Amino acid sequence: MDPQAAKLIGAGIAAIALAGAGVGIGMVFAALIGAVARNPAIQSRVQPFALLGFALAEATGLFGFLLGLMILFVF
Amino acid sequence: MPQFDPTWVASQLVWLAIAFGVLYLALTRIALPRIAEVLENRHTRISADLEKAGQLKDEAAQVLAAYEKTLAEARGRAQALIRTTSDEMAAAAAGREADTARRLADQTKAAEARIAEAKQAALANLRTVAVDVASAAVERLIGTGVASGQIDAAVGAAIKDRS
Amino acid sequence: MAAKTIDPLHQFEIHPLLPIKLGAVDVSFTNSSLWMMLSVIAVTAFLTLAMRHRALVPGRLQSVAELSYEFVAGMIRDNVGQAGMQYFPLIFTLFMFVLFGNLLGMIPYAFTFTSHIVVTFAMALVVFVGVTVIGFVKHGLHFLRFFLPHGLPIWMVPILVPIEVLSYFLRPISLSVRLFANMTAGHAMLKVFGGFTVMLGLFGIAPLALNIAVTALELLVALLQAYVFTILTCVYLNDALNMSH
Repeated sequence: MDPQAAKLIGAGIAAIALAGAGVGIGMVFAALIGAVARNPAIQSRVQPFALLGFALAEATGLFGFLLGLMILFVF
Repeated sequence: MPQFDPTWVASQLVWLAIAFGVLYLALTRIALPRIAEVLENRHTRISADLEKAGQLKDEAAQVLAAYEKTLAEARGRAQALIRTTSDEMAAAAAGREADTARRLADQTKAAEARIAEAKQAALANLRTVAVDVASAAVERLIGTGVASGQIDAAVGAAIKDRS
Repeated sequence: MAAKTIDPLHQFEIHPLLPIKLGAVDVSFTNSSLWMMLSVIAVTAFLTLAMRHRALVPGRLQSVAELSYEFVAGMIRDNVGQAGMQYFPLIFTLFMFVLFGNLLGMIPYAFTFTSHIVVTFAMALVVFVGVTVIGFVKHGLHFLRFFLPHGLPIWMVPILVPIEVLSYFLRPISLSVRLFANMTAGHAMLKVFGGFTVMLGLFGIAPLALNIAVTALELLVALLQAYVFTILTCVYLNDALNMSH
């Protein structure tokens, strides 16, 4: 296989990582909304955790993004 | 990709260190003390104000307590006064009532005595009148007088019978 | 580069503005260095100018400056506790540097130095090494117990300890990659949509509208990533200081 084509395919496959990040971020904010809807007073206490969870979930997707970039531009 | 280009790594690191160091010095020497000072000032000011407000509140509470104490004392005094006054008035009234009752009793007794006297007198009069009437009637009936002693005795017996 | 092709990565290129050689090492003053210095000046000027009145009742600008101070101080107090306040200047500097790097990068034609893995990894490594040193200074060799969670069955030790060690050493990587990848992806996306706008001519209005929305999102991301970078620093510092693990 042409190495260039293989790189492009590999980068595309690396983008699948975004699915997991998307699910994770969705779950984080779904939980946040659920918690705030049940008890609005708790919002200021759970929001930092939600943002932290969002950042951590997003990081996994970004690792995939990084992988794609490395496949495309480094090798 | 420019991020993975090793050409500028040294330059990036050196200038990052310089920039970060300069920023750290600038913030710790100039910016942060100012903010901390202002926040500290505000904090002390607010706590001083709060303290003052607390003091004023305490004072107000004291004044209120003193006022309520005075009020309670005045009310107590007034009630005591009312009680003594009403007691006095009741005593005076009772005394007057007793006086009146005694006077009335005296008058009644005197009146009764007078009545009894009058009755006695009337009874005595009645006897003489009765004796007179009897002697006159006897004189008319039999034409001659009877010894007044006899008539008197008869009237006495008749009165005794009736009464 | 041809006029109508999109090269979303062109904006991340570094050009030397003032060539400096230190022996064999090239430490030229580049556009990246320029924007670092600009953000230093911007942070210092902002905080100094905002506080110049030192008003008891703050104005609009002073409120923002105080808010940033209270924000970072509150973050440290909540996540680390009072013991962490001695690291406040460092964490505050980190926060403001990253925040202004992100925000200044949002200016068109500006250079975003936080989109360079070298920069973010250097900062993350400083945080990582610093926190580890603090942990060892505070707890001595006892700090190694950090890799041994409490109440662990003995047969799980050989499995979990390597995982804990690995995740510990992944911290600087995840910390730096998060910031770098967010900035790079965001700016590349803006550039791609900008290229579409130019290419589509009249129909370019659609990607333009999208670009406006993405710009707003990127501003949010700029704030959020500075916040996340700082709060993760606090969390790591808390692990080292209090060993809650």
